[in-house]
Amino acid sequence: MAQYKLVKCTINGKAVEKMVDVRASLTDMLRNDFRLTSVKKGCEVGECGACNVLIDGEAVNSCLYLAAWADGKEILTLEGLMNPDGSISDIQQAFMDETAIQCGFCTPGFIVTATEILASGKEYSDDELRKLLSGHLCRCTGYQNIFRAVKKTMLRRLGKTAEAEAVR
Amino acid sequence: MYDMKALYEAASVENAIALRLAHPEAQIVAGGTDVFVQMREGKRAGKELISIHELKELSGICIDEEENIRIGSLTTFSHITKNPIIQEKINVLGEAVDMVGGPQIRNAGTIGGNTCNGVTSADSASTLFAWDAIIELTGKNGKRYLPIKDFYIKAGTVDLRVEDGEIQTAILISKASYDNTAGFYIKYAMRNAMDIATTGCSVNCRLSPDKKTFERVRIAYGVAGPVPMRAPTAEETANGKLVSMETVDAFAKAVLEDIHPRDSWRASRAFRQHIAVELARRCLIESVKRCGGEL
Repeated sequence: MAQYKLVKCTINGKAVEKMVDVRASLTDMLRNDFRLTSVKKGCEVGECGACNVLIDGEAVNSCLYLAAWADGKEILTLEGLMNPDGSISDIQQAFMDETAIQCGFCTPGFIVTATEILASGKEYSDDELRKLLSGHLCRCTGYQNIFRAVKKTMLRRLGKTAEAEAVR
Repeated sequence: MYDMKALYEAASVENAIALRLAHPEAQIVAGGTDVFVQMREGKRAGKELISIHELKELSGICIDEEENIRIGSLTTFSHITKNPIIQEKINVLGEAVDMVGGPQIRNAGTIGGNTCNGVTSADSASTLFAWDAIIELTGKNGKRYLPIKDFYIKAGTVDLRVEDGEIQTAILISKASYDNTAGFYIKYAMRNAMDIATTGCSVNCRLSPDKKTFERVRIAYGVAGPVPMRAPTAEETANGKLVSMETVDAFAKAVLEDIHPRDSWRASRAFRQHIAVELARRCLIESVKRCGGEL
């Protein structure tokens, strides 16, 4: 017999309520109930990172997370990075500028992880950044452009514009 | 959708115990990073789940009144790595769990789940063995404390008594274990992320005040046998000896008296034995440096 739970949470800054099937993953809920299709269904076993979202500020693969657990949480998906006037964030623009995108399937997950990295306000070494980005698979770009987009945005946010421009 | 029969969400530890007594067949889910993968694979498909995910009281790290480091079982790997108590007193544990899976897995996976799986390759397990961790289990008869070596029964099986409604509630490291001690962990795997250890080795030591003698050396392996294990012969070889490369080499060779790795598709027995010796050597050298000793 189907079992349901009322989930009250905040998604991209907006308080929402939804009756969810307890068997649903958070990916299911975000895609099917809220049409947030930046949350991709990739491997669905926590290896590819395409379904990544921020839950209370921490990047989590939503495919390995119950929709029922979202109750009381603050969730951010890629859609939440859009400004009220429809313009996009610096990290999204950097992905475009650096051609860190080909097919685009891994992109939302990467950008959500980058959002957590950048929110720390820290300056990471190249090795640290690579490790922080290692929970995502990209089959098109070979990672270098993605790495550069994140590194440049990190440096720009720290006010190091000249260093950011020097990143190759 | 996961193929689950029913979900019971525990509202408290007492409630979790009651749910476990009422549904003895149900699988406990904490972080979900293993249970949901196994459900997808069909291994745990169609099962009832008891979720303890939302029990905030089981998350967090403190020093308790007996000066033990107390790690709540639902503390995630990333929270362990970032915790100041861990960084100051048992940094090697934070480093070891920082090698589990990838960043998102470390934000969700818990140390309690890692140990309750009973898997020999768990990155936390060898370090917890090497530091004589105590497992706190809570059931209908109250709390029970077990040395981690007794908690692991065989591959995939730990001493959690379903008939008593037990769940693991904390992992403790005593002051006698962590005081004046430093260690090092090496995970040998094919990749640097999203991989399972071919062999994991965790060593820690305490040196005499003049830093010339090994007062206590402890070493544990993951994937050197069906469950994580200590290497007592190697430890005896080094205990009380001079801090020197001769002692380190004798210690590293002695591990072969203790460990029983097997052939598997990940690596052969011979290769695992070879790297076990080398990892023991490197881990002890690093541990000595971290204790302020010289080699």
